[in-house]
Amino acid sequence: MKKIGFLACCAFLAFASFGCGPAKAPANEIEVWHWMTDRQDALEALAGKYEQQTGIKVKLVLFAPSDAYTQKVLAAAQAGVLPDIFGILDKRAIVASFIKEGYVMDLAPAFRADGGAWEKSLSVKAVDNNRFTASNVYQVPAGIYGVPIDVSNVQLIYNRALLKKAGIVRPPATFEDLLKDVDALRRVGISPLVTGFGEMWIVDCFASNYAFNILGEPKIMATFRGEVPYTDPEWVAVFNVFKTLAGRKAFIEGIVTKGNKYAEQDFALERAAFSFDGSWAVNIYKSMNPNLDFGVMPLPAIKPATPMRVWGGAGSSFVVNNRSANRDKAVAFLRWLTAAPQQVYLSAQTNNLPSNCEVNAGVSRILGDFLKAMENATHPAVWELNEDPLVIETFDKGIQAIIIGEKEPEQVARDVQAVKARQMARQKK
Amino acid sequence: MFRNRYAIESFCKSTALHLFLMAMTVACLFPVFWMLRSSFMSNTTIFVDQSLIPRELNWHNYALAWTRGNFGVYFFNSMVYTVCVVTGIVLVASLAAFAFSRLSFPGRNVLFYIFIAAMMIPLPGSFVPLFVMMNKLHLTNTRFGYILCMINVGLPLSIFLLKTFFDKMPSDLEDAARIDGCNSLQIWWHVAMPLAAPALAVVVIYNALNVWNEYILAALLLNENDLMPLQRGLMVFNGAYQVDYPVLMAGLTITAVPIIGIYLLMQKHIVKGLSSGALVG
Amino acid sequence: MIRPDTGNVIMGQNFSGYRPPARDAFRNFLFVLPAVAIFAVFYIYPFCELFNLSLHQWPGIGPKTFVGLRNFQELLGDKVWWSAMGHAGYITLIALTFQNALAFALALACDREIRLKRFYRLVFFIPPVLSEIVVGILWNWILNSGTQGGQQIGLLNNFIVQTGFPNLVHNWLSDPATALTCIAVVHAWKGFGWGFIMLLAGLQTIDRQLYDAAKVDGAGGWSMFCNITIPMMIPVILLVVILTILGSMQVFVLILSLVNQGLVYHTEVPVTRILASMSGMNQFGYACAQAVIFGVILVAASFTLKAIFNRLRQA
Repeated sequence: MKKIGFLACCAFLAFASFGCGPAKAPANEIEVWHWMTDRQDALEALAGKYEQQTGIKVKLVLFAPSDAYTQKVLAAAQAGVLPDIFGILDKRAIVASFIKEGYVMDLAPAFRADGGAWEKSLSVKAVDNNRFTASNVYQVPAGIYGVPIDVSNVQLIYNRALLKKAGIVRPPATFEDLLKDVDALRRVGISPLVTGFGEMWIVDCFASNYAFNILGEPKIMATFRGEVPYTDPEWVAVFNVFKTLAGRKAFIEGIVTKGNKYAEQDFALERAAFSFDGSWAVNIYKSMNPNLDFGVMPLPAIKPATPMRVWGGAGSSFVVNNRSANRDKAVAFLRWLTAAPQQVYLSAQTNNLPSNCEVNAGVSRILGDFLKAMENATHPAVWELNEDPLVIETFDKGIQAIIIGEKEPEQVARDVQAVKARQMARQKK
Repeated sequence: MFRNRYAIESFCKSTALHLFLMAMTVACLFPVFWMLRSSFMSNTTIFVDQSLIPRELNWHNYALAWTRGNFGVYFFNSMVYTVCVVTGIVLVASLAAFAFSRLSFPGRNVLFYIFIAAMMIPLPGSFVPLFVMMNKLHLTNTRFGYILCMINVGLPLSIFLLKTFFDKMPSDLEDAARIDGCNSLQIWWHVAMPLAAPALAVVVIYNALNVWNEYILAALLLNENDLMPLQRGLMVFNGAYQVDYPVLMAGLTITAVPIIGIYLLMQKHIVKGLSSGALVG
Repeated sequence: MIRPDTGNVIMGQNFSGYRPPARDAFRNFLFVLPAVAIFAVFYIYPFCELFNLSLHQWPGIGPKTFVGLRNFQELLGDKVWWSAMGHAGYITLIALTFQNALAFALALACDREIRLKRFYRLVFFIPPVLSEIVVGILWNWILNSGTQGGQQIGLLNNFIVQTGFPNLVHNWLSDPATALTCIAVVHAWKGFGWGFIMLLAGLQTIDRQLYDAAKVDGAGGWSMFCNITIPMMIPVILLVVILTILGSMQVFVLILSLVNQGLVYHTEVPVTRILASMSGMNQFGYACAQAVIFGVILVAASFTLKAIFNRLRQA
C-alpha cells in the first residue's frame, strides 16, 4: 500500500514538474524536420558549423521511420505548427495539395537571384523534381518548391567477383545477354538477381524502366489519361519481362516478399550477382562488406534502339514553410547547405550523390558511375501526370502474381485495365 | 517388480515432458541468445560468422548504442513515461473499475460497455484529429500530453481486467468496512486496492510493456529530442538507408533488460494475482 | 457433485454487496469521472472525427468532400477487403486452436510439481516481451529460402536438408499455400506466452482437493481433465479467447516484417488494408470507413462470444 502511495506521489510530482511545454523557438533559430537517419550526424555537424559562421542556430529534429514522419507532417500541417524547413515524402498530388494550401514557399525567385547562380549550381534533374511547370494538371502555380540536398537513382548493380565465377567477362548489354548470364549464374549455383519486390515501389520502378523502353513516355502518359488500355500488346510485353525472368529463374528465391533491407543484405553478403537498388545502397554495401567489388549499369534494354531510362532525381528535398517568420533565414540556410563545401562533406560522410553538380568530379568512382545515368533519369515527380494509386497497386501486385506463376501476363493486363476503367468512371462522377 | 515398472514409467513420462518443455525453451530462448551474440559482433561479420559464440566480447557496441542512440536521455524519459502512465492507469482504472463493480449510478452498464467496445475499435487515421485537438489544448510537445494519451490507450483493458476482479471480491469485507464508518473512497483505498494488488500487478506489466515499446504516438506528439522515449533511439539504428545491426542488437538488449526486470518483479504477483481470481472471476 | 465456480467473468452483471441510495449516484459517478474524462477527450472525440471522416473523401490534406455513405457502399463490394478479413480470421483460428492448445499444454505441464517450474515460467513469457525488430530479423532468417554456395541459407530449409528430406525444401513466405500459415505460426509463437501465464494461473486456482476426491472415486487422468479441469477453466478460457481474438485480428506489424507489403493479395489483413488506403492511396475517408466496419465486426463477435459462454455457464 505504501508503495502505491509512493508511486502516486512520484507520478504527480512528475506531472507537475514536466507538465509545462518548452518555450517557443527564438527568432535566431530555424527548425528542420527530417527523416534521414543515416544523415543525422552529418547534418548535425553541418548545423554546428553554420551556427559558428552565422550565429543562426539550426535545430534538427529527426523522425523515423518515414511513415511516422509522413503522419507527423500531415498532422502538423492541419494544426498549423509546421517547422521552418521540412520535407514532404509523398506523392506528387499530395505535394501539390501542400502547396495549394499555402504551406510551401515558392523558391523560384531565390533560385533566379544573382543571375540564377543557385539554380545553375544544382543538378537539373533534381531541381526538376521540385518544379511545377505552367499549366500542370495539379493546378499549382508555376514555381520551384523544394531544394534537393542530394540526388539518387535506381539501377542494376552487379558483383564483379560473382560474374567472374560464372565466366561472365562483361556485364550484360542487352536483355538477351542478361538471360544468358542468368543461365550461366544458375549453372554455378549463384542466385542471379535480388531486389526488394516485397515493396511495391521497387516493382513499379522496375516495370516502369521497361515500360519507358518498350512504350516510350508519350504512350505511357496516354495510358494514364486512359487513351491506351493496359491490354495493349506493348504493356503485355512489359508484363512478359517478368514472366521471362521468372521462367529463367533470374530472381532469388522468395523475392516477392523480400523487403529492400533484406535484399541489400543479400547483395552485400554476395548471395546474388545482381541487385536492383538505389545509389543509397552504396553506403550499406560498404559498411556490411568493405571488400565488395561492384559496378553499376541501367537495366539492359529490350529495345536497344531506345535508351534505357532510370528512376532518379532529387534524393531528398527540403521545402520552406511559407507561413514561417524565418522564411528568408531558412532559404539562406538551404542555399548554404547545397553549396560546394557542404555538399562535398555530405557526400563523403554518407556516400550519397551530391545535388550540387559543381562537386561531381570529386565523388568516389562508384558514385561517379551512378551519376552517369542521371542524364537518362526520369521520375514520377516529373511526369506530366501520375497513375491512380489503386491502379498502381493492382499493377504491382499483378506483377508479383506473374513472378510466382499464379497469373499470366494477359490476365494481369485485363485485371489492371478493369480497375483502370472503374477508376476512370469514378473520376468522371 | 511392479514398483520398478511404475518408476520406469514415471521416469519416461517425466523425461518426455522435460524434453517437450526444453524444446519450447530453446524456441523461446534462441532469439534472446542470438540477439546477445549479435550485439558483440561487427556489421561485417554478423551474418557471415556462423559461430554461435562470438570470438571476442565487443562491448564497444553497447557504448556506441548508449552514446550514439542518446540513450542517457531517452532512458530517463522512458522511465518517467512508464512510471507516470502505469501509476495513472492504476489509479484511474481501479477507481472506475471499482465503481463499475461495486457502486451504482445511472448509465453504469452503458458506460462500461462503451469502454469494452473501445478496446476493439482501432483508431488509424485518428492521428490528425488527435494532434489538432492536442495542439489546441497546448498539449503537443509536452510530457503531460503524451502521458495522458498513453493512459487513455491502456484504460479500457485495465478497467475490464480490474472490474472482473472487483466483481469477485467478497462483499462481507466491504460491509464490515462500511459498518466501521468507511465511505466508498476509503473502501476503495483500504479494502479493494490491497485485495487487488495481484490484479494490479497484471495491469502493471501489461501497461509497462505497452508504454516501453510505444513509439508512433511519441513521434506524433513530441518534437523535442529531450522528450523522446527509448524506442526513438532504436529507430535511428533501424533506419531505412542504413542499419547497423550489432549496435541495433546492443540497443535492443539494453532496452529489454528493464522490461524483463519488471516482469520478474511482477511475475510472482501475476501468478498469485490470477490465482486469487484476477482473471478467473 | 463438482460444480465449477463460475462467478462473473466478462462484463459480469451480478453484483452483490451494498447498494447506496439514489442520492449517492452523483458521488458514485465521481469515481468513474477521471476515466470518462480522459476517455472522452482522447478517444470519443477522435472516434467521432473518425466517423465523420468516413463520410468524406479526403486525401489527408486540403478540402474534404462529403460523400455520404459511399465509402461504406464501396467497402461492401471490396473483395480485397473481405478476403483480408478472411485471412485475419484464419490467423485467429490458428491462434485460437494451435496457440491456445500449446499454451494450455505448457500450462498443464508447469502446473504440476516439476523441477525448473520457475525457470519455464520465465522463459515462456520471453517471446511476448521481445522486440518486433528482433522477431522480424530472426524469422526472416529462419524462413529464408535462398541458397549460397549450394547451402540453404534459411535455418528451416537447412534443417530439412540436414535431416535428409531435400525435396521438402520450400519457398515458405513466397508461396500462397504456406505464407499465411507461416505468419500464423510465428504469431502463435509470439503470443502463446500471454495465454500460458493466464491459463497457468487459472489452473492454480483449482482446489487440489477436488482432484484428490476424484482419485478416491477412481477417476482416471482423462476423466479428471474433462470433469474438473475444463469446467473450472471456462472463465479463464473465455478471457484468453477474447484477448486472442483481439490480438490476432489486429495483427499487422508481424506481417510487415515477414512479407513486407505482401505476397500479391494473399497476406493482406484488415489493418494492412487500412494502412494501404491511408498512406498508400491517401484515401483517409475510406480508411476510416474500413476501421469503423472492422470495429463493428469485432465488437459484434466479442459480444456474441460472451453470450455463448453465458449459455455454456448456465448449461
